[in-house]
Amino acid sequence: MTNPLNPETPDGELVRLAKAGELDAFEALTSRYEQRVFGLAMRMLRQEQDAEDVTQQTFLSVLENLEGFRGEANFSTWVLRIASHAALKIIRKRKGLNTVSLEEATEPSDDLNSIPHPEFIADWRQSPEHLVERNEVRRLLDDALTRLDEKHRLVFLLRDVEGLSIQETAAALELSEGNVKVRLLRARLQLREDLTRVLGDPARQLVRSHHHHE
Amino acid sequence: MKCEELLAMLNEYVDGTVDPAVCVEFEKHMAGCNPCQVVVDNIRQTITLYKDGQPYAMPIQFREKMHDTLRKKWKEKFPGSENAL
Repeated sequence: MTNPLNPETPDGELVRLAKAGELDAFEALTSRYEQRVFGLAMRMLRQEQDAEDVTQQTFLSVLENLEGFRGEANFSTWVLRIASHAALKIIRKRKGLNTVSLEEATEPSDDLNSIPHPEFIADWRQSPEHLVERNEVRRLLDDALTRLDEKHRLVFLLRDVEGLSIQETAAALELSEGNVKVRLLRARLQLREDLTRVLGDPARQLVRSHHHHE
Repeated sequence: MKCEELLAMLNEYVDGTVDPAVCVEFEKHMAGCNPCQVVVDNIRQTITLYKDGQPYAMPIQFREKMHDTLRKKWKEKFPGSENAL
C-alpha cells in the first residue's frame, strides 16, 4: 500500500510484491524489461509482428510462472531466457522444425580447433561513435546478424548487447559455459569479418605474412 | 604465442578476464603482429557498434494492448486484486 514503486525499487522487491498479488508491481516489472525483450526479439526475428508476439508471450509466461520463480537467477536473466526460447520457437517454426532445444543445435564443430581465421583485416574508416549515428549502419548491423546462425546470434545478443555474463548466458540458454564461449567467439569473429568488408579501409588492408596450416 | 593461440584467447582478452601472465604474452604478440592488433581493434569496435546501436522502439499501441491483455490475465489469476489498480 505504502510501498513506493519507483525506478530504484530492486527487481527482487517488485517480484515479492507481484507474487503477493500487487498488479502495480507486476506492471512495473513489465515496463522495466519490455523494451529489452522487444529489442532482442527484433534483432532475432527482424519482423515487428513476430517481435510483438514474443514480447507478449514472454510477459504472459512471466505472469503464469512467477510463483515458481525462486530467484536463483536474476529476474532479468529469467525474462531474457523466456524471450530467447519464444524467439527460437518462431525461428524453428519458420524453418519447419518443431523443436526448441538449443542443445540439439550443437554441432561437433563447436570446438576451438575449428574457429575460422580472420580473412579481411583492415582498420575501419570511421570510429564506432561516428558510425552509430548513420542510419544505414543499423541495416548493415542487422544484415550481418541475420547471416549468423541463430544459436550464435542469440549468444552474441545476450552477452554483448544485453550485457549478461558468460555464466548468465549459459544459464539462460541451458548451455555449458564452454559452449557459450565458443559460440560467442564464432559470432564475434564472423560479425567482425562481415563488418570489416564494408567498413574497412581497402587501402589499409593487411595481409598475414605467414600461412596458417589447415 | 602464435596467431592461432591468440585467436583462442580473444574473448578473455577483450572481456578483460584473461590471466595476467597470458595477457603479457598476448600483448607481446600484438606488438609484433599488426594483423592481430587490427583484428582485436575490429572486434572491440564491432561489439561497441552493436552495444551502442540505435535501439528498437516498441510501438506504443502495441504496448497499450499488451498491458490490457496482461491486466485481464492478472485479474483471472488474482480475482481479489481489483482494488490494486
